[in-house]
Order: sequence, then C-alpha cells, then structure tokens
Amino acid sequence: MYRVELTKAARRWRTWLVAGALGGIPALIVIAVKLSPPAQAGADAPPFLVQIVRNGLFAPLTGLAVIQPFFLPLAAGLFAGDAIAGEAQGGTLRYLLVRPVARTRLVLAKYAGAMTLLGLMLLWVVAVGTVFGAVVFGLGPLPTLSGTTLSTGAAFLRILGAAVYMFLAVSGIVAIGTFVSTLTDSGPGATVATVILGIASEILDNIPSLHVIHPYLPTHGWLAFTDLFRFPIAWGGLRGGLVVSLAYTAVFLAAAVLWFGRKDVAS
Amino acid sequence: MTALVARGLTKRYGDVDVVDRLDLRVERGELYGFLGPNGAGKTTTIRMALGLIFPSGGEVELLDRPVFGDGRSEALERTGAMIEEPASYRYLSGRRNLEVFARAGGGDVGRRLARIDAVLGLTGLSDAATKRVKAYSQGMRQRLGIAMALLGDPEILVLDEPTNGLDPAGMREIRQLLRRLADEGTTVFVSSHLLGEVEAMCDRVGVLSRGRLVAEGPPGALRGAAQRLLIEVDDVHRALVILSSVTGVEASLEGTAALRVRLGGSTAAEVNAALVSGGVAVSALVPERETLEDVFLALVEDDGVPG
Repeated sequence: MYRVELTKAARRWRTWLVAGALGGIPALIVIAVKLSPPAQAGADAPPFLVQIVRNGLFAPLTGLAVIQPFFLPLAAGLFAGDAIAGEAQGGTLRYLLVRPVARTRLVLAKYAGAMTLLGLMLLWVVAVGTVFGAVVFGLGPLPTLSGTTLSTGAAFLRILGAAVYMFLAVSGIVAIGTFVSTLTDSGPGATVATVILGIASEILDNIPSLHVIHPYLPTHGWLAFTDLFRFPIAWGGLRGGLVVSLAYTAVFLAAAVLWFGRKDVAS
Repeated sequence: MTALVARGLTKRYGDVDVVDRLDLRVERGELYGFLGPNGAGKTTTIRMALGLIFPSGGEVELLDRPVFGDGRSEALERTGAMIEEPASYRYLSGRRNLEVFARAGGGDVGRRLARIDAVLGLTGLSDAATKRVKAYSQGMRQRLGIAMALLGDPEILVLDEPTNGLDPAGMREIRQLLRRLADEGTTVFVSSHLLGEVEAMCDRVGVLSRGRLVAEGPPGALRGAAQRLLIEVDDVHRALVILSSVTGVEASLEGTAALRVRLGGSTAAEVNAALVSGGVAVSALVPERETLEDVFLALVEDDGVPG
C-alpha cells in the first residue's frame, strides 16, 4: 500500500507543483540576492541573507528557514490532511477497503507516504539551495552562531542534519493531519484544518504570555534546528523538539488508527 | 456453501432502524436481485456485508466467513464490489487505476495485474484504457467500476445499482455480462430500484422496504403475489365478508357491482370457490394486467409506506 501511495503521488500534478514551489524558494532567494545585494537592501535585511553573498551555503539554510513557518504546515496539510479524507471524497476509500486493505495498514501507509513526500521536499530544498548557492556565490567554510567556523564539508553535513531534524520535527503535525483526515470526508476541509492547526500553534508560540504552554506546542521545536550551528551544538532545544514531536506522533497516530478502525465508512 | 448470509442484521442511526433485523440467504452461483426504493436500506446492507459499516446488531457472513471477525480478508479478496457510484483516481488513466487497485491489498497481486487486459476487454474499455478517467463519460466510469470489481476474479460480485448512468444498450450489455458470469458459476448480488432490470436477469429477487425484506422469490412468483382480480358479483357486501376470511386476500369495492381483489398468495380459483360456496354468484372474474411498478408498490405498501 505504501508503494502504491508513492506511485500515485508521483503521477499527480499536485506533488510536482508543491516540489516546484518549495524548490523555487531557495532559487528565488539566490537570484534576488544576486540582483539586489543586501548591502543596498539596507540594514533591516535578515542576517542569513546578508551572508549568502559571501557563502552559497547560506542559500539552503535560508531556504529551510523560510519554508518552515508557512510552507511546511501547508505541505503537511496537503499530504497528510488530504490523505484519507481525499480518498473518502473521491469515493476510492471504500474500494481500497473492500480490496481489502486493512484499515490500520491504510492509516500507516498514508502517514508513511506523507512523511516520505515531506522528507523528499526538504532534501529538494537543500539540493536546490546548495546548487544555486554554489553556482552563483560559491561555497566556503561556514561561521557558526557561536563565532567558530565549520569546514565546507562539515557545514553541509550540518545543513543536512537540519533538514533531518525538521523532518522529524514536522512528524507531529503530519500525525495530527492524518488523524484529522480520518474525521471528515472533505479533503480540502482536512487540509485547511491541518494548516490552521499548524499555524495556530506557531502563533501561540509567539505570544509571550502563553510561555507556559510553549514547550508543549507541536511546532515549538521547529526553529531549534539553528542550534545545530552553535559550538558546541546546543542539544537541549533539539531534544525537546524531538520528544514533543514524537509524543504528538504517537498519540495522534494511535488516535487515527483507533478511530478509523471503528468508523462507519459511508463515503 | 452460501455466498451471503444475514441474520437479524440491524443498523440503527439515532431512533431509525435503517436496516431492521434483516434475514437474507444467497446461495453460491445465484444471481440475486436486491430490490427496493431509494432509502430502503439497500446500500447500508451492502456496506455492512462488505465490512464498511458496523452493524448495530445481528451478523453477516460473506462466503461462509463472518464479515466482522476472522477471515474477513480472505472473503473480501474473493469478492468484487461496486458500491453506489464507481470511483477512481481522476488523474490516472483507466489502466493505471486498475493497476493501483491490483497492487493495493493482499492476495495474489500478480494474478490481478495479469487480469487487467481481460477485464478491460470484458467491459469494453480496451480502446479507452490509456485515457485519463477525467475524460471518461459516465457510462465509461461505470464500466471501469465493473472492471475493478472483476479484477480479483471474484467468487461473488456485489453490485449496487450497476447500470446507473448507462444507456439502454449499455444496460443490456451489463445485464448479459452478469448473466454470463452467473452461468459460469459466479454468485452475483445486484441491487436495483428498477424492477424490469431485476426481472430480466435474476434467479431470485428480494424486496426491501424500510430495512425489512417484504417479499422474496423468483421474479415470476413475485408478480403473482400481488396479482389483482376484478370480480363482478350479485352481492358485493356479502362477497366482501366472505373474502375477508380468505388468507392474504384484500378486497375493495369497485363501483356497485364489482370488487377489486388483491390475491396476496391465494389463487383466483380459491377466491372463486370461496365465493360460490358462500352463495355469491360470480358473473365475471378478470385478472388485471399489472405493471411491475404496481407489483412493487403493492409490496411496499404492505409494509405501511404510503404510496
């Protein structure tokens, strides 16, 4: 079922559209910075952008940072929110279940499929950013946030590590999206609900007076990938982000499996 | 060896029993017509038989295995189904759709893949196989749905209104296909709200109304059960009294010298004998030609549905 999911996704325009949009972001950043260097853009330019001119490795890094607040929840919504609700809406869900595909297996295959697509998208952003950055600005050793320097190779590994971390960190929202997807027969409805939940979590995370709940928000740990660029690496935030994300994954995947296992499929 | 059995099968939504203690038994190799007006509970029954909807009570068996118990997968693997409308991935071609459904789920994937050309041919879709489903007409989608149902070389086909959206020629083609499959040994369970369709092809018909089976039998017998007579007698009131004691018979006044009688299982000869032995002179006894719709409405009215 998992393989079937991937072949279906590969033949779908939507998948390539998302890939095009996400890959376009680091490419666009590189081109924009080349055409209009931050020196002219003024002092309000974000710190990563200023650095791209000196080192193309900042392009994939900026790409990851830019897709994280909005495009990542959006992709999670599209891939996970639509996963089961979209099949229900199209009517194909009942035909998969009578084939038969076991309900638990369907939920897990859908989750794994969504995670795989998100992982590929993240790698794609890194790849496009690195290639564009290298061609336009060249690559070089990367200064850490603590003032030390990483060799080009080590820095690239850290960037891959950041992508892997984001992949794991987004797993919680993907599980929430999969659960939402079992609740409704409307694909767009489940997609939008998932995106809203992700963005709402980020907004709450930015309201200082709610700091008590911040560590428990599914998106709270997302920005911690920057901790990989400290010396020594500040593992605390990373570990916290992973634990919260894995907890959300476990709870909502279990909820999706249990709920869908007992659901009357009337779509 | 049964193909489909329901015992006291019930589905309750709120206070309404959409399917109400339904007993049903379909033998292997039968072409069974499951007839009923829209909303009678046909689709809910079919969805329970396929494990999509959980019953509120009772049990259902498919190919001798409990649908809500062990063995469900083996039973479903040998079942082909079309539930309400056919559905497919619009962004894929007909052939790719069949590939997706051949690969999904357990059982013999290789055999299902190898059957794709055959089922495309059986349903007349070979020429349209590479077109995206988006561009299919409704009739072609219906055919693709049937092709999907046939993919696993099923022992039982469960089809919900399979000729919906087809033109008369297409309907006939599908009927002939189902008849042929049944003759070759496949059990076919087909729901319909069209009497003509069911009568033309089925071995046995069950009529569902308000979630209950109100009649069952070969299509010909079904027609007889609701047959009506127009009887002219010398004393209509006396005749009414006599007929009220004949089981199954319902009589009503038709003008001043005639009765309209619904046989409900009795024969015209029995009615005649009862009247004559009761001293009523019968001057005419005319069987009324009924349309199948009349038969159907009569059966459904029995269950208290206004009609």
